Amino acid sequence: MSSTTVEPGATTPGPKTNRIGLTVIEYKGGKTTLCAGCGHNAISERIVEAMYEMGVEPEFVIKPSGIGCSSKTPAYFLSRSHSFNAVHGRMPSVATGALLANRKLVCIGVSGDGDTASIGIGQFVHLMRRNLPIIYIIEDNGVYGLTKGQFSATADLGSKLKTGVLNDLPPIDTCALAIQLGATLVGRSFSGDKRQLSAMLKAAIAHKGTVMLDVVSPCVTFNDHEGSTKSYKYVKEHEESLQEVSFVPHFEDINVEYDPGSTISVTMHDGSHLQLRKLEENYDPTDKIGAITRLTEAHDKGEVLTGVFYVNPTAPSFIDMLNVVDQPLATLPDSLTRPGKEVLDACMEELR
Amino acid sequence: MSEFAGLGYYVEVPGVIWDIQRVGPSTGLPTRTSQGDILSTAFLSHGDTKHIMLIPCSVEECFTMATDAFNLAEQFQTLVFVMSDLDLGMNNWMSDPFPYPTTPIKRGKVLGKEDLDRLGGFARYKDVDGDGIGYRTIPGTRHTAAAYFARGSGHNEKAQYSERADDFENNMERLNRKFETARSFVPRPEITKGNNAEIGIIGYGTSHWGITESRDQLRDEYKIETDYLRLRAYPFTREVHEFIEQHDRVYVVEQNRDAQMLSLLKLDVKPELIARLRSIAHITGLPLDARSITDELTSMEGK
Repeated sequence: MSSTTVEPGATTPGPKTNRIGLTVIEYKGGKTTLCAGCGHNAISERIVEAMYEMGVEPEFVIKPSGIGCSSKTPAYFLSRSHSFNAVHGRMPSVATGALLANRKLVCIGVSGDGDTASIGIGQFVHLMRRNLPIIYIIEDNGVYGLTKGQFSATADLGSKLKTGVLNDLPPIDTCALAIQLGATLVGRSFSGDKRQLSAMLKAAIAHKGTVMLDVVSPCVTFNDHEGSTKSYKYVKEHEESLQEVSFVPHFEDINVEYDPGSTISVTMHDGSHLQLRKLEENYDPTDKIGAITRLTEAHDKGEVLTGVFYVNPTAPSFIDMLNVVDQPLATLPDSLTRPGKEVLDACMEELR
Repeated sequence: MSEFAGLGYYVEVPGVIWDIQRVGPSTGLPTRTSQGDILSTAFLSHGDTKHIMLIPCSVEECFTMATDAFNLAEQFQTLVFVMSDLDLGMNNWMSDPFPYPTTPIKRGKVLGKEDLDRLGGFARYKDVDGDGIGYRTIPGTRHTAAAYFARGSGHNEKAQYSERADDFENNMERLNRKFETARSFVPRPEITKGNNAEIGIIGYGTSHWGITESRDQLRDEYKIETDYLRLRAYPFTREVHEFIEQHDRVYVVEQNRDAQMLSLLKLDVKPELIARLRSIAHITGLPLDARSITDELTSMEGK
């Protein structure tokens, strides 16, 4: 018989925590009700990891969404954050209101290709031109899943439905649109590309402005067959990455070393670094025209182009432009929101 | 617009919407005035919805009702529509100086961190106080139980997704209770008595000015005495029902074709009182003038 002596002061190691002392469990959400293998679930997992690794306070995150399979997912991550299922395609106006009411919030808005590119295109284009500090994610599968798999407006020309119907309309490229209209961090990723998507999400959290990420996310039930251009197989075979994306957060004490010949390093608003190791020699993610040209080429060649297409970390955000006070408007006391009687009297006097 | 109104009602988000009513349907007479959105606004959206409406008649009342509207929206966690019109909203008017608000801003039932520390948690859509109004939190409240999921789909007291029949029914009945509570909180009507009048006039908004002049014409030219109730809100308060009970004939004056406010009154008053209501509904796009009211009322009175 042997006995174990416990040394005074020793404790069992607790679960791993992030820089604000939370475990990854505290960033989880409810159990998913989407189909097994749905790309959207992988995106939810990456969001949980990114928020945990960046040490974002969950109570200061809001997660608005539209309507559709994609827009159900805020229930599956960050249970400790307020969530708002808005009207179909009209999450941007809800997000705008919430962020104007409280500028300290981190907003991750989830939409789908149907939600964004059809019914929501009107709100989408106006959101993109405002540079509102929001992470706008399109979980893009090219079909309407909840209504049994009709083509959405991002489906590629010639893509085939399960029923054999071919798509004879060209797709809306939400990334090209976002770049043209003024979004300041725009990229495309793939739900199956864990590394790239994680790095892009962390950069998105560090960015102060509109982030538009189109994440191709195959629908295993309605759009994962031969002939589809949004299937796992097709995307894996046709994915062309512009860069190898990595992210070094500002709070990690790492010397950011890179070879400027092969890597572009972007200093983000909070001092973090987004590093893009070039896989295409001449691609410049600060050149809008070049970005749109390359995206157009990708359509012609049948490529699923991924990576960071455009980034501008210094553009003023919508909140900066409005020149509002630092304290959230939502919590200003009466003394600051109601001007004194003399102000009203002066207004009345002017009208006399 | 109507989808968002339904969402606001069901998710219970405070909001104030100012409707400068113009002449419809469609583009109608877009530079002319009307009171044509009353019925559609009261029930705006699909499904069973009911909205609070406030109805100003002057620029001064637009100012004071703005305070009322925001207070009610936050107290009742719902949309409040202020039913102005083009005549009031876009023309120049004379006015006394606006009074400075004296009451504090009412923020309604909002739980902060300290409340949640004490309570341990909360159920967003639970009727704790019996008035149909739940407690809410706002984003950025530093408590692990502060967050909830706002959704336009079926939900239970804890704001969780639910398709259960009892959850849906409980929630809809509570919303109805909340609307009934609002009856006692919305601005009361303004009542002006004549001299032993048998006839009552109900009007609202900018019709007020034409009605005021018409009552003088009726007295001076036809010896007809009238009592006058100016509606200032929907849902209707107790005074509105009493006013109809007190008069043999009640003329409802409004600027639309379909007697929209009269229709709302019919849904609200006792069935035996409905026959007392008579309509003077006019819509030409021009502000309502006294003579039109006087002529129609006297003709219906057989004078």
